[in-house]
Amino acid sequence: MTTDLRPPKVLMTKIGLDGHDRGGRVVATYLRDAGMEVVFTGPWKSIPEVIATAQEEDVDVIGISSLASDHLLVPKLMAALRENGLDHVGVVVGGIVPDRDERDLLAVGVARVFHPGASLDEIVPFVDRLAKNVRQRRQGL
Amino acid sequence: MSDWLERLRAGDRATLARAITAVENETPEARAVLKAIFPHLGKALVVGITGPPGAGKSTLINAYIETLRARGQTVGVVAVDPSSPITGGAILGDRIRMGGHSGDPGVFVRSLASRGHLGGLSRTAAHVIDVMDASGRDVVIVETVGAGQSEVEVAEIAPTKVVVAAPGLGDDIQAIKAGILEIADIFVVNKADLPLADRTAGQLLDMLRLKDHGEWRIPVLKTVALKNEGIEALADAIAQHAKLAETSRPAPRARAAKLIAAQAADLARRSIQALEEKVIDDYCDQVLSGALELEEAAQRALAKAIARS
Ligand SMILES: Nc1nc2c(ncn2[C@@H]2O[C@H](COP(=O)(O)OP(=O)(O)OP(=O)(O)O)[C@@H](O)[C@H]2O)c(=O)[nH]1
Ligand SMILES: [Mg+2]
Repeated sequence: MTTDLRPPKVLMTKIGLDGHDRGGRVVATYLRDAGMEVVFTGPWKSIPEVIATAQEEDVDVIGISSLASDHLLVPKLMAALRENGLDHVGVVVGGIVPDRDERDLLAVGVARVFHPGASLDEIVPFVDRLAKNVRQRRQGL
Repeated sequence: MSDWLERLRAGDRATLARAITAVENETPEARAVLKAIFPHLGKALVVGITGPPGAGKSTLINAYIETLRARGQTVGVVAVDPSSPITGGAILGDRIRMGGHSGDPGVFVRSLASRGHLGGLSRTAAHVIDVMDASGRDVVIVETVGAGQSEVEVAEIAPTKVVVAAPGLGDDIQAIKAGILEIADIFVVNKADLPLADRTAGQLLDMLRLKDHGEWRIPVLKTVALKNEGIEALADAIAQHAKLAETSRPAPRARAAKLIAAQAADLARRSIQALEEKVIDDYCDQVLSGALELEEAAQRALAKAIARS
């Protein structure tokens, strides 16, 4: 059996104070239906909690859903990933993110920002490809 | 390799996570991992927690972890959720109720999808438990949904099995009767804050009265996982049962024997499947025509496959 046979593993989570995790739930379901394994945590996670979860679960991709201004915490998350040896993990953000903030997020290493109304036909293949790239770059113990 | 083993034994979380991935996915490193950890197995208390969907297993585990941490023990959790048989995907949601401990280095939670291949859950989950055991976790908790085959598979891995029921779900007791009664070492009626908890506990006790008991009398405990009630008694019962189970079975040797048998069965299946179609066809014809018994055919196919390899 080769490494590539296992389904992509994605952490769907929410940082910050906003508790609406419906969007994240919907995306998680679609990723599941596309054959991925999705760890779902619910809202209100702190950055150290996301880091610990990503590490324990050894995920390929983290999906952050952000409704309010939670995406402003993402640069902190990216730095924390690096500090904890998790810089291989792909990060995507979904939600209401102004253009200027989007540029900032991409500059700190976020793979992609999905805006409201982004189609699942767009999100699912992107996450799948991202996960497979991460996996390929990272084999062995 | 030894480098890696040292880090694992020292409790390094990143190494633990990667080693679990290796055995979970049967990557090229998996065999080396299993070989290296085998001498370090058998120290952890392994407890299986099963029961119908929504009974409160994850919430109960969250509360149990708190008690274990207060008692100075480190914890590993393996939380298994079903994979979709159609797409192979899975939502791994048990962490939603176990959020109380992220950030505590003494707790390591890993979610697994059952991935539905025959016998696969028990093998993969068993190996994940082994890696946690070798990493020095004092207690390893395995959560599985008690619907179908999985709980019986887990019964083979966890020497101590807790079956969780919730009140007011009469059907659940029926379901438990069918499958899980045989494997339970401890019964928990969770959500004891709800009406009818006593009735559910009573039903379980009635059922147990019909059962012979040897050294271990299966307790029926009431808990309110959401409020941490009844958890001390549960932790005590688990510890007591584990102690008894330890003295009554020679764990590592029995495990090794089982694993060798399981691997051999796997090997046999794969090498027979690797025989050319013509050879297999020939056996099929003979079996179908009544010229050859099934067992005889299997023996010959196996002999041929072994001769080839
Ligand atoms: N009233 C009450 N509700 C509880 C108690 N324990 C858990 N619950 C609730 O029961 C629901 C299911 O809890 P979980 O811990 O997710 O149950 P589970 O058995 O792990 O569920 P699955 O993993 O989906 O099979 C949640 O809404 C909990 O808040 C309790 O002691 N009393
Ligand atoms: Mg659960």
